Amino acid sequence: MTFGIVVFPGSNCDQDAFHVASRVLGQPAHVLWHKDRDLKGADVVVLPGGFSYGDYLRCGALARLSPIMEAVAAHARAGGKVLGICNGFQVLVEAGLLPGALLRNAGMKFICDQAELVVENAATPFTRKYVQGQRVRIPIAHGEGNYFIDDDGLARLEGEGQVVFRYADNPNGSRNAIAGIVNAGRNVLGMMPHPERAAEALLGSTDGRALFESLLA
Amino acid sequence: MRARVYVTLKPGVLDPAGKAVANGLFGLGFPEVKDVRLGRYLELEVDEADAVRAKARVEEMARRLLANTVMENFRVELG
Repeated sequence: MTFGIVVFPGSNCDQDAFHVASRVLGQPAHVLWHKDRDLKGADVVVLPGGFSYGDYLRCGALARLSPIMEAVAAHARAGGKVLGICNGFQVLVEAGLLPGALLRNAGMKFICDQAELVVENAATPFTRKYVQGQRVRIPIAHGEGNYFIDDDGLARLEGEGQVVFRYADNPNGSRNAIAGIVNAGRNVLGMMPHPERAAEALLGSTDGRALFESLLA
Repeated sequence: MRARVYVTLKPGVLDPAGKAVANGLFGLGFPEVKDVRLGRYLELEVDEADAVRAKARVEEMARRLLANTVMENFRVELG
């Protein structure tokens, strides 16, 4: 399974994701510059965390205009796997590859903390190494992670099993405490927590590792 | 032609930044302030003489980039 990690100007978790894919999982992985126009054979595209384009205008709003995003969108439309973490999730909603939007945290503060999540759907390509209802500890670090969607959209997400991760204790005001969602095709996942920061015991939790291992299954 | 674009959060969308500003005003001795909604204001210099066409184009810009219509409304003014 080849991982392609996209680097936008201002991305800062790209090397963490690259490390997990290549060193922890031992998979082929390469870095894709935002000006690239092809995915160089990547099976899984990772949009990493960070502050692409300095969060100018809105988080993720300018990154989705990068040349690479056309290839990412085509990959997603063809059923290819795309994982957006934190700022990557913000890019995916701005690009229209996932529904909803991410607002400023309800408490105004940037939150850097260990979050307890509930795995709400263990039947996606990203979560099959988890157990339905499992509680996992994965860190969060964001100022705009407050997931918003209108009532109809929310009902659709819940009804279709598209809510994949939910906060056990809602830290940021997200509707229905949503921490991560998939698209209807279940091949695009966006989540605010950072599984790549929880893939080795040295970092305090290995609960994020199963997400990457799920992709190999 | 100059276009002014006002981007505001939709009614009902939580605005913690606006709330923080309201609290600040309250602390400064403006207790009459009941609510603040914080938005974004953009000025565009557009090379288009026809007002109808200019407005339509800027509205399209707002829909596609300047505002996120999932959570924001926008208003375009010319001149």
